[in-house]
Amino acid sequence: MNGLAEASSAFIYASMAALTVAMIAFAVAFSGKRSAVPVTIPAGDVALLERPAPAPGRRASNIGMSVTWLATALLFIGVVLRGLWADRVPWGNMYEFSITSALGILLVFLIWSTRRDLRWLGLFVVIAALLTLGLAITVLYTEAAQLVPALKSYWLIIHVSAAIVCAGAFTVGAGTASLSLIRSRVESKNGGQVTGWLTNVPSTERLRTLTNRVLAFAFPLWTFAVIAGAIWAENAWGRYWGWDPKETWAFITWVLYAAYLHARSTAGWRGNVASWIAILGWISFLINYFGVNIFVNSLHSYAGV
Amino acid sequence: MVTTAPPPLSTGGFLRWSWRQLTSMRTSLILLFALAVVSIPGSILPQRGTNPILVDEWIEDAPTWGPILDSLGFFDVYAAPWFAAVYLLLFISLIGCVIPRAGVHWAALRTQPPPAPRYLTRFPGTIEWADPRSESEVLAAARDALKGWRIRAEDGALSAERGFLKETGNLIFHIALVGVLIGVALGGLFGWRGNVIVREGNGFSNTLTQFDAWGGGRLTGDMALAPFSFTLTDFRVEFSREEAQRGSPTLFQAEVSYQESPQAAPVREVIEVNYPLEADGAKVFLVGHGYAPHFIVRDASGAVLFDDSVPFLPQDGSFTSTGVLKVPDASPQLGFTALFLPTTAVDDIRGPHSTFPEADDPSVFLSAWKGDLGLDGGVPQSVYTLTTEGMEQIGLEALVPGQTWEFPEGSIEFTGFDRWASFQIAHDPGKEVTLITAILAMIGLILTLSVRRRRIWVKMESLPDGRTLVQVAGIAREDGGDATREIAHAARSLGAPAELIPEEDE
Repeated sequence: MNGLAEASSAFIYASMAALTVAMIAFAVAFSGKRSAVPVTIPAGDVALLERPAPAPGRRASNIGMSVTWLATALLFIGVVLRGLWADRVPWGNMYEFSITSALGILLVFLIWSTRRDLRWLGLFVVIAALLTLGLAITVLYTEAAQLVPALKSYWLIIHVSAAIVCAGAFTVGAGTASLSLIRSRVESKNGGQVTGWLTNVPSTERLRTLTNRVLAFAFPLWTFAVIAGAIWAENAWGRYWGWDPKETWAFITWVLYAAYLHARSTAGWRGNVASWIAILGWISFLINYFGVNIFVNSLHSYAGV
Repeated sequence: MVTTAPPPLSTGGFLRWSWRQLTSMRTSLILLFALAVVSIPGSILPQRGTNPILVDEWIEDAPTWGPILDSLGFFDVYAAPWFAAVYLLLFISLIGCVIPRAGVHWAALRTQPPPAPRYLTRFPGTIEWADPRSESEVLAAARDALKGWRIRAEDGALSAERGFLKETGNLIFHIALVGVLIGVALGGLFGWRGNVIVREGNGFSNTLTQFDAWGGGRLTGDMALAPFSFTLTDFRVEFSREEAQRGSPTLFQAEVSYQESPQAAPVREVIEVNYPLEADGAKVFLVGHGYAPHFIVRDASGAVLFDDSVPFLPQDGSFTSTGVLKVPDASPQLGFTALFLPTTAVDDIRGPHSTFPEADDPSVFLSAWKGDLGLDGGVPQSVYTLTTEGMEQIGLEALVPGQTWEFPEGSIEFTGFDRWASFQIAHDPGKEVTLITAILAMIGLILTLSVRRRRIWVKMESLPDGRTLVQVAGIAREDGGDATREIAHAARSLGAPAELIPEEDE
């Protein structure tokens, strides 16, 4: 059976290697300036917007995207093999949750990228996935073991998979929010102009809209993850809500993202303030994942660090 | 919108101003932040509700700060008045915001969309063409194309509107949250929860006196307890022996013989973690387990003074367990403090301890005391502690099953051990309300976050050559007003020339 474990690790290392290549490609693309200028062609009473021709500087980010797809496929195989080895869903402890979350981050990004051009976001996403995987394989690695009885429930599949997709979406949202803050800051310093790699990212307003889109997707899902967790808690511990530290931070995360959505519809707050709240929400998610699992005595801490 | 003007001097004016402030979006935002912040201490400091022993230790270790934090409610954050103040204000703000919005929405649902603006060309993305059909044909086609939209048609113009579900969802979400709060309150007021330790072979019947710990809601009467009972016939537990997770549990299973009422026939039931027993409106959960070593205590003449198993409390993951044995019938009275080690090991640093939770090499380490147990003082005592004031130590001894320790006052025999399981029995009459409203809230959220509010206008003007000039424009309430997709869609189904319709660029 150990062959499966080794194969799983090998695929994860291969995926990390591919992600490193993708990171370099995205970084190269970022360092180059955008050379294409949108051209409008007047055509009688019709104004047609012509797409800019693909510029040579974009080749690097195209390579980045292709290699990210490859890395995601490799990681997917690695995660599946891990699940086969453990003979259950591959999120029974922190190591497994981390590699599956990295897959979640990449999948949210890639699936979204089939609907719009997200090459500018690649660098951020790939770095986030690489850090997650690196931490998993160096610090959190544990041998697969049978689940403790408390985790033997189909709610493990429902509750945790929703949390994993949220991990991906919150991370991508924090990425777009950070970029919007950086761009907004540079614009306000340079009188509305940006230079260098920032010309490759969409406008501040566009970034804010994208953050809103991804978080509007993640927030109901997070609500679902919390409700599913509460149903499971009711079945396992005899109460649906007990202010266990994990529950408390899930609640704080929920409240912060609720605040984000409210800020988006409040005049004067919908810009940078909302972006900061989106980042705070993500930090609170991370505290819930790393902080509560490692430092706090919680009912959830059986998840094998 | 938000009023920032200073409050007028009259009381009524001040109240109105305060109400407007409280129900403004900005205030609810600040309250949301406050709620996030006040939730944090409860995840850092130990809480009475979950770990009262740790709270006491914490206060003992911090003699200055402990009592101050305690009096401010920091060890029971989620029941503290300041925590309640934040969420109650938030809910008042929510209600104050939702009720007027519900009225506005209700009115909007019953009015037609406003008429189309006079000049559509000033809106970005307007599509315009000369159509061979007549004006009335185009109008009919437009009605067809905008099926499912709310439509107002007059004077060669048609305005259509959709996306009312967005606000409906928003209102459902907020009202459902009030329902969640009501469900939680119902559980808190009328629910109850009790904990009990049951040894193998022993029983439990659902009355207040049988519980080791009990927490009832403010309005829970004794009448709330259903008359069920059960006997723990068998308790099975297994631990992993694999290197990676050595000692972690792989199975807990309590087999009980359950009676719904004293007259009912006993039924065999199995209770596991994640699989509670449904008992007449309450649920019985398996929450813990441990060892109960069995002792026989005799006096110097050999008469049996005590013959029973005693539940010991596990202190670590390997089930190093501590317990106390009190023999008030002896003279002088006898007391024992004891360690039970399922797999015995002794070293210089930790002393006697257990290295594995399974009983591979069990032993007890006893300390015997004689004197006054202090049971007659009227002060309630814990069965897990021995008050050794006024007692004299007889000696120390280690025993394995079957061994007897003889001392001048008598003897103690360690005959073996049973297991015990601890159960939490809970009844929460509000949980269905909470669940249903929480699911409603989620549905409301999905609606309000996915539905887009759009207006589309179609204008028709007959041209001298018999054709009709058609203009399609639109506006969105979200996405910075961009309704390109809807305009394109409407224009396409109206039969606009394909080259006029912009490609979808998402």
